[in-house]
Amino acid sequence: MKQINFTLNGKPVSLELQGQESLLTVIRIYLEQTGTKYGCGLGECGACTVLIDNEAVRSCMILAEDIEGKEIISIEGLSSDGELHPIQKAFISHDALQCGFCTSGMIMNAYGFLLQNPNPSREKIIVGMESNLCRCGAYNRIVDAIETAGKEMPKKVKL
Amino acid sequence: MKSAIKSEAAYSRRRFIKNLGGGVVVVFCLGEVSFSSLFAQDGQPLEELDFNAYLRVKEDGRIDCFTGKIEMGQGIITSLAQVVAEELEVSIYDVDMIMGDTELCPYDAGTWGSLTTRFIDPVLRAAAAEAREVLLDLAAEHFGMNKTSLEVIQGVVSVKNDSSKKITYAELSKGKKIVRSLTKKPELKKAKDFKLIGKPIRSLDAEAKVTGKAKYSGDIFLPGMVHATIVRPEVFGSKKVKVDASKLSDFAGVQLVEKDDLVAVVHSDPEVSQRAAKSIKIAWEAPIAKANQETIFQYLEDTIQDNKVFESEGSLQLGEETSKVYRKATYHDGYKAHASIETHVATCYFEGDKVTIWASTQSPFGTRSSVAKALQMPLEKVHVKQIFLGGGFGGKSNSQQSIEAATIAKLCGKPVQLVWSRKEEFMYDNFRTAAVVKVAGGTDNNGKLKVWDFDIYCAGTRGTELFYAIPNKRIRSFNQAGVHPFGTGAWRAPGNNTTTFARESHIDVVAHAAGMNPLDFRLNNLENKEMIATLQLAAKTFGYDKEKKPGHGYGIALGQDAGTLVAMIAEVFVDKETGEVQPIRIVCSQDMGQVVNPHGATLQTEGGITMGIGYALYEEIEFNGGEMKTTNFNRYEITRFSKTPKIECVFIDKMDAKPQGGGEPAIICVGAAIANAIFDACGARVYRMPITPERILDALS
Ligand code: FES
Ligand code: FES
Repeated sequence: MKQINFTLNGKPVSLELQGQESLLTVIRIYLEQTGTKYGCGLGECGACTVLIDNEAVRSCMILAEDIEGKEIISIEGLSSDGELHPIQKAFISHDALQCGFCTSGMIMNAYGFLLQNPNPSREKIIVGMESNLCRCGAYNRIVDAIETAGKEMPKKVKL
Repeated sequence: MKSAIKSEAAYSRRRFIKNLGGGVVVVFCLGEVSFSSLFAQDGQPLEELDFNAYLRVKEDGRIDCFTGKIEMGQGIITSLAQVVAEELEVSIYDVDMIMGDTELCPYDAGTWGSLTTRFIDPVLRAAAAEAREVLLDLAAEHFGMNKTSLEVIQGVVSVKNDSSKKITYAELSKGKKIVRSLTKKPELKKAKDFKLIGKPIRSLDAEAKVTGKAKYSGDIFLPGMVHATIVRPEVFGSKKVKVDASKLSDFAGVQLVEKDDLVAVVHSDPEVSQRAAKSIKIAWEAPIAKANQETIFQYLEDTIQDNKVFESEGSLQLGEETSKVYRKATYHDGYKAHASIETHVATCYFEGDKVTIWASTQSPFGTRSSVAKALQMPLEKVHVKQIFLGGGFGGKSNSQQSIEAATIAKLCGKPVQLVWSRKEEFMYDNFRTAAVVKVAGGTDNNGKLKVWDFDIYCAGTRGTELFYAIPNKRIRSFNQAGVHPFGTGAWRAPGNNTTTFARESHIDVVAHAAGMNPLDFRLNNLENKEMIATLQLAAKTFGYDKEKKPGHGYGIALGQDAGTLVAMIAEVFVDKETGEVQPIRIVCSQDMGQVVNPHGATLQTEGGITMGIGYALYEEIEFNGGEMKTTNFNRYEITRFSKTPKIECVFIDKMDAKPQGGGEPAIICVGAAIANAIFDACGARVYRMPITPERILDALS
């Protein structure tokens, strides 16, 4: 067992862990932030996507020992002071979801993507989002939402 | 079966009456036969059997609407609130939907078959209309005036022409406990008076979902809860022979649970319980493999003998003789998974002899009775709670994971969460069946269909009634229990995807053989006027006569499902070198009667089409007998962003008609529309779904 320190949504966290646990378990189960979802456990679906140091990653594929000192953002950390993030707003206004189970992962992946690609074209969005799966088939609306958010989102990096 | 449902419903009623709070409550009781007759001109008198729905105008003026249906992304949490708000004359934001809780909601068999809008909408509208009348009566009494001189706007009753006299629903229902049960046909609003029905309303649950706050079954954590991992065999249907759990002592705090073939470990940390489960070695006795994904079709044809004639007219022989063009073909469709992004999950706890369960299920009441039966408990000792579902598509209709979780909870004496892994999901999903359809069809010199012979193996007959005028025809359905190497079940519009693929592909085959274009050929043979109008709307919206770019093709498919007529036209691009297909554009025209929420109906249609691209082009379960080779998304490609075409949905305008199904119909046409478009683009006729690049190249050579 070892002490692992990191921040989740801006708050410092320190956990006694074995190190081989997945970041998904750390976030969902140990820290009870259940917005991040399990869909496949093998990096294939993107439902578990979070940001580590502003880069979108699949938390099911990250080991707890590799998050020492990192800044992690999950869906719960996206809105600030009760105000929804532009990506969340755009997902609502475009109704870019149905069952909602892929939604957190979609939004987090879109966030990571938009931080690196401000105001992207549709083609670029599709490439950037390609490995996130939505069985309900909300893809076209998700692209619309990201396009809108890309215009709205302040260029400066949040947090 | 019927009496079982009745007694379950009666139990619901007793429970409901016991729990009744204050306010104005309308209980809606309708017989099974008459509940769709609300829209009929001369509906029969309504018998009081049991109630199908109820709603309560609470003392704070908010409305609780109770239904046994569940929300899994199909948007009824929004569209049902919409019809209640319409009839009750309140804001849609004042309606709270309470869904699928077996102790609060009326009995419901399950959320499937695109039934909700068709059958629950009228019921809720009637209940809401009645509640409005009750409130108007109260207001009339309050003002000492006739009801006809009052009007309601947004939950406020006022005296017409005297805006100073008003009273809210909240004030009217305060301190009251009025229970009304509907016995007569209520006055429903006419389409011309609709304020909300027919208006696009965005999903009411979107904010909860974009913030991660929406709770699914796996998001419930209970004090002292343990995470269960079940040790599974590699082959479906295996029987346990011997268990070696000797390595379990390496894992502190792990508990072993065993009952019949169920072997599981539990621990408060899911990572520990998963590792511990891996240390258990079980010797299994596996059933012998009889087929794999290539041999299954021949196996089904050889094995199944029993058939039922579903539709028959004229003489097939005469039809063949009078045909100038006669074509036979056999169509194949492999097993498909539901592949919801949320796997099967159940979280449960026992309190004394009663179990409470949050389960990802399309049938909370079915789960209640299955768990009660499996654990030999009375029905009232099982409580299934309302929860969001991360997709269903027919795949969450049985209760295996709930029975497993409840069994484990009972044995280990702790609250339990069971989350199936994706691999378990690909083993215990009740797959859409592999199927074979043998078709023969012929036309005379005028391009009129003369004969149609349609033998369906394993896909059933849903939606196969012919809407083409054909004098000589026979539709038979071949089926046999237990022929499949693993579980099979309903998959979004059960069977209809496969049979529509076969029928509409073959219509094109015959049309081309007769030298006619597929649009004219269909119009030449359709007898259903509504289908003709639906197809014409699709063709016009699509611009079917527009010139195609090189390598592009157009494909049409027609179908019917859940009372809705569908006409779809697809445009694809096929790379002849690689056989890769790029879906470009799909137009879907539907006659679905009254469209309650056009926005919601559009979402469902887009979703169905997007999902349908997957079964048409990519999805196929690989297996050898009960041994699944497909264990995760890396071997089960579903539609992705880049393969989603531009989608346009149009609806036939019919606001006064009865609403029809919306969640399933559109998907049925995708296979054939794509197959026909591929043929049009490159000349490859592929008779088997998924239509992979390999199969296209094969067909071309
Ligand atoms: S759960 Fe991590 S990618 Fe699917
Ligand atoms: S909204 Fe259901 S999986 Fe995307």
